[in-house]
Amino acid sequence: MSDWESVIGLEIHAQLATVSKIFSGASTAFGAAPNTQACVVDLGMPGVLPVLNHEAVNMAIRFGVAIGAEIDHHSVFARKNYFYPDLPKGYQISQFELPIVGKGHIFISPDEGVSKEVGITRAHLEEDAGKSIHDQFPEQTAIDLNRAGTPLLEIVSEPDMRSAKEAVAYARKIHSLVRYLEICDGNMQEGSFRCDANVSVRRKGDQKLGTRAELKNINSFRFLERAINHEIERQIDLIEDGGKVVQETRLYDSERDETRSMRSKEEANDYRYFPDPDLLPVAISDEDIARIRAALPELPEQKKQRYINDLGLSDYNAELLTSSRDTAIYFETALAAAPELVAQLANWILGDLTGALNKANVEMTAVPIEPAMLAQLVTRIADSTISGKIAKEVFEAMWQGEGSADEIIEARGLKQITDSGAIETLIDEVIAANPEQVAQFRAGKEKVLGFFVGQIMKQSQGKANPGQVNAMLREKLKA
Amino acid sequence: MAKSVTEISRGLAAGKFSSVEVTQDYLARIAEFNPSLNCFISVTDELALAQARQADDRRAGGEADALTGVPLAHKDLFCTDGVRTSCASRILDNFIAPYDAKVIENFKSAGAVMLGKTNMDEFAMGSSNENSHYGCVANPWNTAHVPGGSSGGSAAAVAAGLAPGASGTDTGGSIRQPAAFCGVTGIKPTYGRVSRYGMIAFASSLDQGGPFARSAEDCALLLRTMAGFDRRDSTCSEQAVPDYPASIGRGVEGLKIGLPVEYFAEGLDSKLAAVIETAVDELRRLGAEIQDISLPNTGLSIPTYYVVAMAECSSNLSRFDGVRFGYRCEDPVDLEDLYKRSRGEGFGAEVKRRILIGTYALSAGYYDAYYLKAQQLRRMIKDDFQKAFSSVDLILGPTTPGVAFRIGAKTDDPVSMYLQDIYTISLNLAGLPGMSLPVGFVDGLPVGMQLIGNYFDEAGLLNAAHSYQQVTDWHLQTPELKV
Amino acid sequence: MTLKSEDVLNIAHLARLHIDEDAIDQYTSDLSSILTLVDQMNQVDSSGVVPLANPLDATQRLRDDEVTEIDERDKFQQIAPDVEAGFYRVPKVIE
Repeated sequence: MSDWESVIGLEIHAQLATVSKIFSGASTAFGAAPNTQACVVDLGMPGVLPVLNHEAVNMAIRFGVAIGAEIDHHSVFARKNYFYPDLPKGYQISQFELPIVGKGHIFISPDEGVSKEVGITRAHLEEDAGKSIHDQFPEQTAIDLNRAGTPLLEIVSEPDMRSAKEAVAYARKIHSLVRYLEICDGNMQEGSFRCDANVSVRRKGDQKLGTRAELKNINSFRFLERAINHEIERQIDLIEDGGKVVQETRLYDSERDETRSMRSKEEANDYRYFPDPDLLPVAISDEDIARIRAALPELPEQKKQRYINDLGLSDYNAELLTSSRDTAIYFETALAAAPELVAQLANWILGDLTGALNKANVEMTAVPIEPAMLAQLVTRIADSTISGKIAKEVFEAMWQGEGSADEIIEARGLKQITDSGAIETLIDEVIAANPEQVAQFRAGKEKVLGFFVGQIMKQSQGKANPGQVNAMLREKLKA
Repeated sequence: MAKSVTEISRGLAAGKFSSVEVTQDYLARIAEFNPSLNCFISVTDELALAQARQADDRRAGGEADALTGVPLAHKDLFCTDGVRTSCASRILDNFIAPYDAKVIENFKSAGAVMLGKTNMDEFAMGSSNENSHYGCVANPWNTAHVPGGSSGGSAAAVAAGLAPGASGTDTGGSIRQPAAFCGVTGIKPTYGRVSRYGMIAFASSLDQGGPFARSAEDCALLLRTMAGFDRRDSTCSEQAVPDYPASIGRGVEGLKIGLPVEYFAEGLDSKLAAVIETAVDELRRLGAEIQDISLPNTGLSIPTYYVVAMAECSSNLSRFDGVRFGYRCEDPVDLEDLYKRSRGEGFGAEVKRRILIGTYALSAGYYDAYYLKAQQLRRMIKDDFQKAFSSVDLILGPTTPGVAFRIGAKTDDPVSMYLQDIYTISLNLAGLPGMSLPVGFVDGLPVGMQLIGNYFDEAGLLNAAHSYQQVTDWHLQTPELKV
Repeated sequence: MTLKSEDVLNIAHLARLHIDEDAIDQYTSDLSSILTLVDQMNQVDSSGVVPLANPLDATQRLRDDEVTEIDERDKFQQIAPDVEAGFYRVPKVIE
């Protein structure tokens, strides 16, 4: 294994979050009854013509600006010709030469502390196809053209990834970016964000790329990693057994956890690209680009740097907090309610909160604890109302929907005892009840202090302020 | 009978007759002569009479447009909501269009009446009308001869008085050549002047709709309604439409007209050339200044045109696949069989030839040699015209190398048929407006003279043609029809 | 340029056109003569000429992102060869 190197490039199709289609005024809403959102243009009726959606162009430019890419002032739509029943016109309107977004790049962190640049070859606009449903009827394939004409941004990477892990880190980064930019909802289950992976292997040190296979039909990051690893293994086994990798499209089957050749796409494709004569070149001015650049939201990389420089967060925590837009928004909203408690909030969000989300398999957007509630909880630790230990109990109760931190502290009587008179009483009781240990301490056995603290906390049901208990206890025992 | 659009418009306005009456007259003529001429694929009598009644009501309500109540015929590639739109193809024989083309909408909102849908070469591919699934149209001047194509049904219908005006489309001469062969007036506007929305595409970067009528004056009236901006066609121009009827009385005094030497060279029938020269003399007498010019790349226009047109059509016609509309073959065994037989059985021979050549020209390894090369030559051809228009206002020449040929004379040799388009196709490549008007006869068949204008100068073309028609009567000649 | 009958069959497959066995020779000779005509383009040196895709050299107009279309499925499917439960149908495709 170790003398092999894998080379991976990704083609990501992100459905753009426009309300209408790229070339028609039909709705792009997901989940409508079949063919009810397919107008004459989407159906490829004789005589219809495409007119380009301005917002789709703007969204593509927004992406291009965010990855530092060149935006061509002159962009051309081309027809990609092939026959398939979910492709109504017999061609897909796409871009071939002169895509809207040229070369750009992003940085990924596949491992803590590692940063790697991945090149983006291009990103172009195109229309989505409809859906072919093979299990609707026994003898026929059913065609639903609601999706036909939904705008897609196809983002093509350089073959810069060397492992499935890097490929997933890249895909996650793009996923996070398109959501930051609010150009794609990122829903992989509904197919809004789709990854195809080009995978090849070569012996380490070889300069020449191996023959690649294209993996399709991958609808989660977990499957992306598995599909690529399987494909790498398959290719290495094949070559080591004296075989040859053939250039082909392979479908990932998540149920069987394997890739298999797509026979229907086996024949050599000749797409006969040519500029679409129904559409004219798109002119994009420097002013258009400047306007879009100025309106760009703060991007993950900038946010991360701000967290490190202005908030004093660690590189690692800043990376994690900014890896998804929803997490960053949560953090910033909570921080607005407790501006002094940066580190504490970061730890709670990346620790308990993320843990609870993962355990319950809930998205950040559906989190039951609102940012202000978490801020209040952290504030109550800071102002010594509760201890860190009690806070975990309060957090749990908030997750269960029992109310705000203050409400729960009040209802459950969890407020910390800070009254020195009350603490003194507790200490006196414990000292009186344990003369043997008192003697040991006075004989120089410092460790026994821990025993006394434990007893006092137990007596107070954890509510006594541990700092106060410690200080007062020492005084008493020395006396 | 054989009233002009203008006469009908005035007669309706003056209350001399109703739209229902004039529509009935035309429907009666269609019933009498269409069986022998085959100008119409569909005659929409009931719809026509309903529209005529509506038009009469509208006029009674004082809301009439110049075309309200005027009966017209439309080439059967303009989509008409609820009416079969066949493109003269078996593959669309059962196609009831679910929407109206912009041109149809424009005529409807003007209150014009639709008599029916006219015959044509299948998918507008042809120069003789012999490529129709519904059979060839006969030339009203001599029924053994072709009417020209592809808009042969519209041209012949106007010539035969089965409609006072008709719509057509012109991709490489499909308005001008049949207008010439049938002795009527037709104009192909600047690319982008008339919306292509709902006009079933042959070659998207060349197709342009325009009217046929008996005179330039009538064409001006029809074009004013047909033309105009449409946001559903990305290639449609936003330039305002001039009032064409108001701009045709200016005369040609001092107008500079160029005669391309290449249009009068070898290949042009000498008797036809003589007729054109007589017409040129007439314009000179009217005060036009005539000079020779050169369009050096004219000879390249045929190969260039056919590469561009066939490449675009091969892709445009992929949507006819038997899945969502149109003809589907019997009992397909699998998807590939469905595609291949639906298309193989649905398209005629010429359409298949063009799809095959276009597919080949775009396929891997040939794109640069064919399509890209053709696009370069296309610019050179356009540049020739732009250079010419720096010294002249209009360009004049024959519309066709000869008069209408006999049915069947060229069907065995597609290339000899393509050569018929030599004078008309370079305009489409350049996107320029052009028109054909009758200027005489050779062997009893009409001769068409072509006028070519600069971009968006349809008014200039119509004005020159109108000036000529004010002092001649070729456009008033009518063929003798036999039942 | 001369084509062979296999070329014609390959192109016909790309274009998804069934060609009758007995018509192949005729198509082969017709297409070859058309290509000979088309080859006349090579008489001219066009190197350096910017290709012209559209006669007007205009740029694309953009539409606002608005939903303007309504559901007209029933009307559109009336003219379809095979529909069921709102779907268009074709012979089963095996992937």
